[in-house]
Amino acid sequence: MKSRAALLLLVPLLTQSASPSVAAAGQRELKVCADPNNLPFSNAKGEGFENKIAELLASDLHAKLTYVWWAQHRGFVRNTMSAGLCDVFIGVPSSFERTRPTIPYYRSTYVFVTRKGGPRVSTFDDPILRKVTIGVQIVGDDGAETPPAHALTNRGIVKNQRGFTLYGDYSKPNPPARIMEAVARGDVDVAVVWGPLAGYFATREGVPLRIKPVSPQIDLPYLPFVFDISMGVRKGEDALREELNSFITRRAPEIGKILDAYGVPRVGYGQGGTAS
Amino acid sequence: MESARVFPAREKLRAGIIPASVCVSKPAPPVSIRKTEWREMSGRSAILTSMLFDAAAASTACLLALAGCAREKTPDDASVKQPAVAITPMAGRSNGGAPAEAADDGQWTMAAKNYASTRFSALNQINTGNAANLKLAWTFSLDANRGQEAAPIVVNNTMYVITPFPNVVYALDLTKPGAPMKWSYKPKPALSSQGVACCDVVNRGVSYADGKIVFNTLDDHTIAIDANTGKEIWNTKVGDINQGESLTMSPLIVKNKVLVGNSGGEFGIRGWLTALDLGSGKIAWRAYHTGPDKDVLIGPKFKEFYAQDRQPDLGVKTWPGETWKIGGAGMWGWISYDPDLNLIYYGTANPGPWNPDQRPGDNKWSSTIFARDVDTGEAAWAYQMSPHDLHDYDGVNENILLDLPIGGRTRKVLLHPDRNGYLYTIDRTNGEVISADPFGYITTSSGVDPKTGRMKVVEEKDPHVGEVVRDICPASPGAKDWQPSAFSPVTGLIYIPHQNLCQSSESVEANYIAGTPFVGMNVKMYPGPGGNRGFYDAWDPVARRKVFSIKENFPVWSGTVVTAGNVAFYGTMEGWFKAVDARNGQLLWQFKTGSGIIGQPIVYRGPDGKEYVAVLSGVGGWAGAIVAGALDPRDSGIALGFGNAMRDLPAATNRGGMLYVFALP
Repeated sequence: MKSRAALLLLVPLLTQSASPSVAAAGQRELKVCADPNNLPFSNAKGEGFENKIAELLASDLHAKLTYVWWAQHRGFVRNTMSAGLCDVFIGVPSSFERTRPTIPYYRSTYVFVTRKGGPRVSTFDDPILRKVTIGVQIVGDDGAETPPAHALTNRGIVKNQRGFTLYGDYSKPNPPARIMEAVARGDVDVAVVWGPLAGYFATREGVPLRIKPVSPQIDLPYLPFVFDISMGVRKGEDALREELNSFITRRAPEIGKILDAYGVPRVGYGQGGTAS
Repeated sequence: MESARVFPAREKLRAGIIPASVCVSKPAPPVSIRKTEWREMSGRSAILTSMLFDAAAASTACLLALAGCAREKTPDDASVKQPAVAITPMAGRSNGGAPAEAADDGQWTMAAKNYASTRFSALNQINTGNAANLKLAWTFSLDANRGQEAAPIVVNNTMYVITPFPNVVYALDLTKPGAPMKWSYKPKPALSSQGVACCDVVNRGVSYADGKIVFNTLDDHTIAIDANTGKEIWNTKVGDINQGESLTMSPLIVKNKVLVGNSGGEFGIRGWLTALDLGSGKIAWRAYHTGPDKDVLIGPKFKEFYAQDRQPDLGVKTWPGETWKIGGAGMWGWISYDPDLNLIYYGTANPGPWNPDQRPGDNKWSSTIFARDVDTGEAAWAYQMSPHDLHDYDGVNENILLDLPIGGRTRKVLLHPDRNGYLYTIDRTNGEVISADPFGYITTSSGVDPKTGRMKVVEEKDPHVGEVVRDICPASPGAKDWQPSAFSPVTGLIYIPHQNLCQSSESVEANYIAGTPFVGMNVKMYPGPGGNRGFYDAWDPVARRKVFSIKENFPVWSGTVVTAGNVAFYGTMEGWFKAVDARNGQLLWQFKTGSGIIGQPIVYRGPDGKEYVAVLSGVGGWAGAIVAGALDPRDSGIALGFGNAMRDLPAATNRGGMLYVFALP
C-alpha cells in the first residue's frame, strides 16, 4: 500500500447508509460506523482488521453487516453513532467516554519505528533522541496530541520533532500512514507510531522496518503510551454491549488470529504487564 | 481587570474636542413625530438630518462627532461649523468605495454593512420611542438545522440568504407580499466535507457587487452567481478539503477583488488570504500567514512599527524547524477596507496544530492583524496580538475603522475587540497600538506593553498536559469570538456582543481519531465572574470606558446592528431577539424566535419605504454545538470543553433555521 497506489477520491459517505430495508425481512442488521480510508483499521473494500472483526461479529450474531462510512475525524461520533446512524464502533479506547465501551479485546502500545540498521531506541530517555530526527503523530491545537509527542516535548526534545498529522491528506490512501513512509524513505530517523499502524505498514514499505514498544508504558504523573481497545456502543445499549462482551470472550482466539495477521503489536494480558 | 491597563493615563482632551461619550451621558428624548413626518416629506436626503436632530436633542457635542459622517450639507447642520471630530468617514460609503448619495441607501450589500465595518444603519423610522411596537412582518424557513451565523443581505429589493452546510443560497423578492422565493442556488458541496474537514459547518454570509452574489462553500469553492437569475457565473476551488481546509467566512469584495481566507488550523493547514478577480474568479494573489516573507507578501512596502519585529522571514524564524509549514493561522473572520489608504485589514487565526510547547517562538504571523494593499496583497504592517498563543486566541475578530480624537488630534484607527480580552485601538496607518483595554475578565495576561506592543503573558496560566491549571480567563473562545460588533456615529459607542467564560484544564482525557488514541487536557469551561455567560456591552472608544453592560445568561453569540434611531439589536441563545436603547441599554422590545440566535441582524428599507429588521434564528456554532450537534450533556469534554458550560442550553432551545423580519405596524 505505497502512496503511489491509485488515489482514492473522496469516498461518498453513507454509501450504505442506515437502510434497514436492505436486510432481508426478519434478518438482524449490524450497523457499523467506520472510516472508508484508514488501513490497517478499515476501508471501504473491507480490507482492514476492523472489517474482519466486524464480519466475524456479524456472523456470530447471525446479522447482516452494513457500514456507515465517515472519516474518523473530529465529529465522527457526533455525526454517526450520536446521529443514530449506526450501533457499533469496532475499535475505541476503553476509556473513551463518548461511547459505552465493551470489555477490552486487545491492548497495544506506541512503538519506535526505525529502518533496519537505524538507531535502536526503546525508551524516551535514550540520549540519541536528542540527535536524530523523530517523526511524531500530531492531532490538534487544543492541548491534544499523541502521547509520544507530549513525552518528547516534556523532555525538551522539540526541534528535531517532525509532525505528521493524523488527518493527513484524505485524498490519498490511508492518510495516517505517511509517517511510516517517511521512515522508509529516510526522511526521519525514528518515528513513534501507534502499534497497529506501525505493525501493519512495517512489512509493506519495501525496506525492512523494525518496531519496538516504547518504555516506560506510562510517564508520570499520567501520560499513558499503552491503551486498551474495546468496541463501543451507544450509552444505554446495555443488551447489545452484553452480546458484544460475550462475543469478545467466546471468540477471543479468532480475534487474536485476525490481529496477528495484521501484525498488531500487543502488550499485557498474561505478559506481566510489560512491553515485550 | 483594571490592573491590566498599562497604558499611561490619557492626556486631557483639548477644549473643543469633545469625547463622544458626552453625547450618551445625557438623556435624549425619543424622536418626535414631527421629525419623522419631516423625514418622509423630504425623502431620503433628510434621513441624516433627522439623525442630526436626534443627536442635537441629546447634546450638541454629538454634532461634532457626526459631522465627519455627514459629508452632506443639510438645512439643519448649520450649527456644525467645523468637523473637529471626524468619526467613521466611510460609514456612508456603499460598496465600490464611492461616496454614497445619502448617508444610507437602505440596502445591506455586505455582512458588515460598509467597509468601515460599522454595522450602522442611518435609518431611523424605528426609534427608541416606537420600537416597542415592532411586529413580525414575515418569516422564511431555511431548511437547514445547523448554526445560522450568516447576515442576510439586501440589494435591489431582493434579500439574499445563505444557509450553513449545504450552503444553499435563497433570493427573496421583497417587492411582493411575504417575500416569495425568486430562486435558490444549491452548490452541493461534497457531503464528505463534513466528515473530512470540519468541526462546524456554519457560513457567515454572502456579498454583493457588480450584479453578482459571491459566497464560499464549506468545501473550498468561492462561487459567483447572477444576482437576478441565480445562474453560476464562476466557481473557483481555492483550497483542498482533503487537507483540512474549509471556508466559513463571508467574502469581502473591494474594487475588482474578492477576498477569501481559509479555516482549519487544527487540521494542519497553512493559513492564507486570497484575492480572486471579481469578473473571472481567477486568483489574483495569495498571501500566506506563515513562512518566508515572499510567501507572506512582505516586501519593500512593509513598515513594521515595533522594532523587535523588523526582521526578515519571521514567519520561518519564529517556529522550530519546519513547523511553520503546517502552522495554522488561517483567516475565517472579517476584513475591513480603507479606500483612502487603499489598505485592507484583517486578523489571522491561532497557530496549529502544534501544542505550544512544540512550537517555541512567537509563531508569526498567527493571531496577527495585517494591513495589506488590496491591489497586490503586499503587507503594509502587521501586529501580533497573542505571540506564541497558548489558549486558542484567534485574532480574526472584526476591525472597525474610525477616525477618533486621541491626544488632541484626529487619528485614523481601527478598533479590534480580540479573543484575548483586550479592545485594541490601533493606528491603522502604521500599526501602532494606541491603547489596549480589557473589555472582559482576563487572568492569562497582565496588559499590553505600550513600548513593545507585546501582551504580557501570565506564565502560570500556561496549560501543560497532566497539570491542573484553573481559572484560565478568558476561556478558549475568548472574551469575544467571531460575533461582530457595531459602531454608531450618533452615540459614538461601539456595541460588543461577547461571552464571559473561564476554563480549567484538569485530568488527561483519552480520545482517538483515525484509529489512533491520543490524550488531551480535559478542558472544562464555566461562567466567569458574576455567573452570567454573556454580555452585551457598549464602549466609548474615546473615553475608553464601558458605558453600559447587559448581562445575558448564555454567551451572546449573535452579531449586532445599531441604527440612527438609537436602537441596537442583538439575539440570545435562548432565541430572544432584542431591541435596546443604544444610549443606555434599556430593553425596548423583544421577540422570542423559534431557536437560539447566533446570526447577524441587519436593517434595511423595503420597497414600501418602511424600515425592516432581519435576523436568522438557528442555534449552533461552537457555543451551540451541544444543541446543533445533539451532543450528550453528560460528557464534559464535548465541543472542546464548551459543552460543560452549556449543559442547560438543550433545555432552553431546539434546533431550527428560520429567517425573521420585523417592522412597525
